[in-house]
Amino acid sequence: MLTKRIIPCLDIKNGRTVKGVNFVDLRDAGDPVELAKQYAFKGADELVFLDISATLEGRKTMHDMVLKVAEHVNIPFTVGGGISSVEDVDDLLQCGADKVSINSSAIKRPELVNELANKFGSQCVVVAIDAKNINGNWIVYLAGGTIPTELNLFDWAKEVEQRGAGEILFTSMDNDGTKDGFANVALAKLSETLNIPIIASGGAGTIQHFIDTFEKGNADAALAASVFHFGEIPISELKEALKNKNIPVRQ
Amino acid sequence: MKLVIINYGAGNIKSIQFAFKRLGVEAILSNNPDDIRTADKVIFPGVGEANSAMKMLKVSGLDTLIPNLKQPVLGICLGMQLMCKSSEEGNTNGLGIFNVDVKRFSNVVKVPQMGWNTISDLKSPLFKGIKEDAFMYLVHSFYAEACKEQIATTNYEFNYASALQKNNFYGVQFHPEKSSVVGEQILKNFLEL
Repeated sequence: MLTKRIIPCLDIKNGRTVKGVNFVDLRDAGDPVELAKQYAFKGADELVFLDISATLEGRKTMHDMVLKVAEHVNIPFTVGGGISSVEDVDDLLQCGADKVSINSSAIKRPELVNELANKFGSQCVVVAIDAKNINGNWIVYLAGGTIPTELNLFDWAKEVEQRGAGEILFTSMDNDGTKDGFANVALAKLSETLNIPIIASGGAGTIQHFIDTFEKGNADAALAASVFHFGEIPISELKEALKNKNIPVRQ
Repeated sequence: MKLVIINYGAGNIKSIQFAFKRLGVEAILSNNPDDIRTADKVIFPGVGEANSAMKMLKVSGLDTLIPNLKQPVLGICLGMQLMCKSSEEGNTNGLGIFNVDVKRFSNVVKVPQMGWNTISDLKSPLFKGIKEDAFMYLVHSFYAEACKEQIATTNYEFNYASALQKNNFYGVQFHPEKSSVVGEQILKNFLEL
């Protein structure tokens, strides 16, 4: 049976791992390659590297990091942040990334999703969506959650699926950094609307939150950062708990 | 050991090269027929779309070269699918090494299948030391139907062939290079065939 995935997310700035709490107030949690190796060893199913400084700095450091990760890590990983063209994606895949995640650039030019899917296949195109619940309407934000758009989460997700996205990484900005649980109602609705896998992101604080996002949110994967980076939730313990709830996991 | 990874422009071959490097083997990336013919072992990778990948094979004449190789050949993911008779993806005629058709999962399940699933009914030296129901990483929308040449079974929507073998030709739908230490063991087994 296909298992539910647990995905630590490593925010990268200047080649180092950082974690933003509500997208500000950064704390350093180490060297990305070492962390990645450790996570692979401890049973993480996949990794996401998000270059949060990509739009401001050269992408060269990120390429070096991707190459090193591909060399040393034996599980799949996704790279996101500041990717805006077919060439950007080609470079990252050549360096050994398995998937790329695009966000603002897809909103600005939705055809990019088609171009990437046609050239590299849907399986490596993850569309990340940051959204916030404003009076019952889930509004999509761009530029790291700083600028609201006119897009509705569910419509936008459906559109990128039709354009060829292979997966959706949905971050609820209301939940992100709160450690209060994932946005399971919106996740369940997404899962009902779409026929591609959905990664839940934003709000992980306890093991129960992961159980809930798989049981109530119907997520295919759950992503978190600080609870893993600071050892608050060991992955082996998390997987054991999920297994005990009959949620299929790889152990 | 001369290990050649066929480089015909389809997908992420760096990861495969790195995986062998972790096993202490430097693989050569090449689409040169002489290189491929004289290799001890050949990896036939592939990520992307079947029809365009098949076209790229034809451009370099690899479509006739590959089926005639005598040394162990391992097709990975789309590589495996192209070794089959045909694929529904872009109505593509494959290399016809494996006598099986490749079809698309229906929308009863999420497509692509993305993540870790088990392989069982393991039937080949390729899986020496691999336990039944070992987890492998898979990303695919198309699958090879259950068939005689099947050496591993995976269940998604139904049971399908997640690995195939015919004589010196091996094919795996999963990504051993991305499937942790178990995947690395399968690559090691391939080197020892």
